[in-house]
Amino acid sequence: MSIALVCGAWEIAGRVPISLAFPSFFDTAAAFWRMTLDGSLPIAFLITLHPLVIGIGISIVFGVGLGVTMGLSRGFEWLAAPVFIVMQAAPMAALIPLITFVYGIGLTAKVLAVCLLAVPVVVLNSYAAVRNANPSLVQMCRSFQGTRLQQIMKVIIPDASPVIFAGLRLGVAAGFIGIVLAELLITPTGIGDLITYHRAVANYAEMYASIVSIVVFSAVIVSLLEKVEVVLLRPEKRIKGTPE
Amino acid sequence: MSDQVAQAAQSAGSDPIVRVTGISKRYEGGVQALEGVDLDFPEGRLTSLLGPSGCGKTTLLKIIAGLLEPNAGEVQVAGRRVTGPGPERAFVFQDFALLPWATVTRNVAFGLELQGISKAERREKARHYIREVGLTGFEDRYPHELSGGMRQRVGLARAMAVDADVLLMDEPFSAVDEQTRRKFQEDLLHLLSVEKKTVIFVTHSIEEAVYLSSQVVLLSRRPGRVSKIIPTDLGGLESPDAIRRSKRYLDTVEDIWGMLKQYLLEDEIK
Ligand SMILES: Nc1ncnc2c1ncn2[C@@H]1O[C@H](COP(=O)(O)OP(=O)(O)OP(=O)(O)O)[C@@H](O)[C@H]1O
Ligand SMILES: [Mg+2]
Repeated sequence: MSIALVCGAWEIAGRVPISLAFPSFFDTAAAFWRMTLDGSLPIAFLITLHPLVIGIGISIVFGVGLGVTMGLSRGFEWLAAPVFIVMQAAPMAALIPLITFVYGIGLTAKVLAVCLLAVPVVVLNSYAAVRNANPSLVQMCRSFQGTRLQQIMKVIIPDASPVIFAGLRLGVAAGFIGIVLAELLITPTGIGDLITYHRAVANYAEMYASIVSIVVFSAVIVSLLEKVEVVLLRPEKRIKGTPE
Repeated sequence: MSDQVAQAAQSAGSDPIVRVTGISKRYEGGVQALEGVDLDFPEGRLTSLLGPSGCGKTTLLKIIAGLLEPNAGEVQVAGRRVTGPGPERAFVFQDFALLPWATVTRNVAFGLELQGISKAERREKARHYIREVGLTGFEDRYPHELSGGMRQRVGLARAMAVDADVLLMDEPFSAVDEQTRRKFQEDLLHLLSVEKKTVIFVTHSIEEAVYLSSQVVLLSRRPGRVSKIIPTDLGGLESPDAIRRSKRYLDTVEDIWGMLKQYLLEDEIK
């Protein structure tokens, strides 16, 4: 519903015309269709996704692992927490040109750009989630002689999972920002290349189609994550809110 | 004081299975919750802890459970010093402490799950105790779909399912309705007589304490100390109604009420 509203408003704004560089919704949709058929959009997506998937994969595994460890161990917390708090506060995007300087313009640089933006928020959310796990449930687990491992796997992580997953969603979104920035700033490839190219030749409908498609794609991935969480860890949420 | 303890243990007529000596507890924030608590809990009997809110009843129970470290003193269970939770003790939590992501069945069987018991056996036992607390038909529900009283019963069933010798119950019937409460009281008395369990029972209801217990321990206001131990064996009488009408029962309730009222009066003077 809200999607239809946004599209409608966009169509009207495009017709009015606010600016020559602002195509209407239908023009954009048509451009999207053309680009899908001629293969330029799918290929650009594949190119963009390659470092993105690697980067997000690393961020999730490394970020959740480190964050959970920090939440469980005071020593790790003391060591690592300040680093990530600074990282999250700093405008990390400013470091992307620096990465190019050190790692060149290849895959490594792009993966690193994704990680740089995604990891801090994933780490900090996982860490806060574990640190704030319900002490009463932890005590319950201890009272029934749960081992430390059982306590972590059966109580702390499921209890922390909503906040961990909120962090993952933010992390994935940040990863998308990272990859698009890298493609715009480092070397024009993939979606970044499409955007740059179509802007250069004033194909605004094509440019918007590229931008919107990456935004929608990112939103879809993020909401898929939510589904994964519900299925894997929090089955009770499936029925929450849907009255029988 | 110590001969009073001995006397109470004697009047209860059996050996202490849980012995608490010189327990003091100070929380990190500086709250002195307990100070110099000495208590004996006779085997196969029910002892109630009664006292004003915030006097340290939950704290004492958690120390006996091995969930909290006392700052001084020690707890012995069956002659062995407590250093942590053990399989011979099971806890019913005042705040229920149910896993929100687990069904009633899994919650009830959680103690068994932690012990590594097979899934089939867990289901079987859970089904039994779910029936016992009257939640049949709710096996696959999640805690947020249950009422407060129903959640409390899940917590009760979970503690019963591990078959511990000593049950530590923190206001276990506070949220259930009066009918269910009476049923559970009878069930508990039955359990005591048949299975020789020892129960340490926190409650705010004087009537419940006197009705169920062999002895009622009255704790003072914070910092909690033992202010009186009242032997309350109403043995001999058979029917619940006869007990509730007996002079001994009514007098004991009245006595304890008199003592608790003291705290209220002191509060008003302050
Ligand atoms: N984790 C904690 N940290 C600091 N103080 C605490 C903690 N838990 C309890 N206290 C304090 O210790 C005192 C005793 O608490 P406790 O929970 O044992 O009381 P209680 O007798 O069980 O009360 P109630 O009848 O209301 O359940 C209270 O004054 C409380 O404020
Ligand atoms: Mg309490």
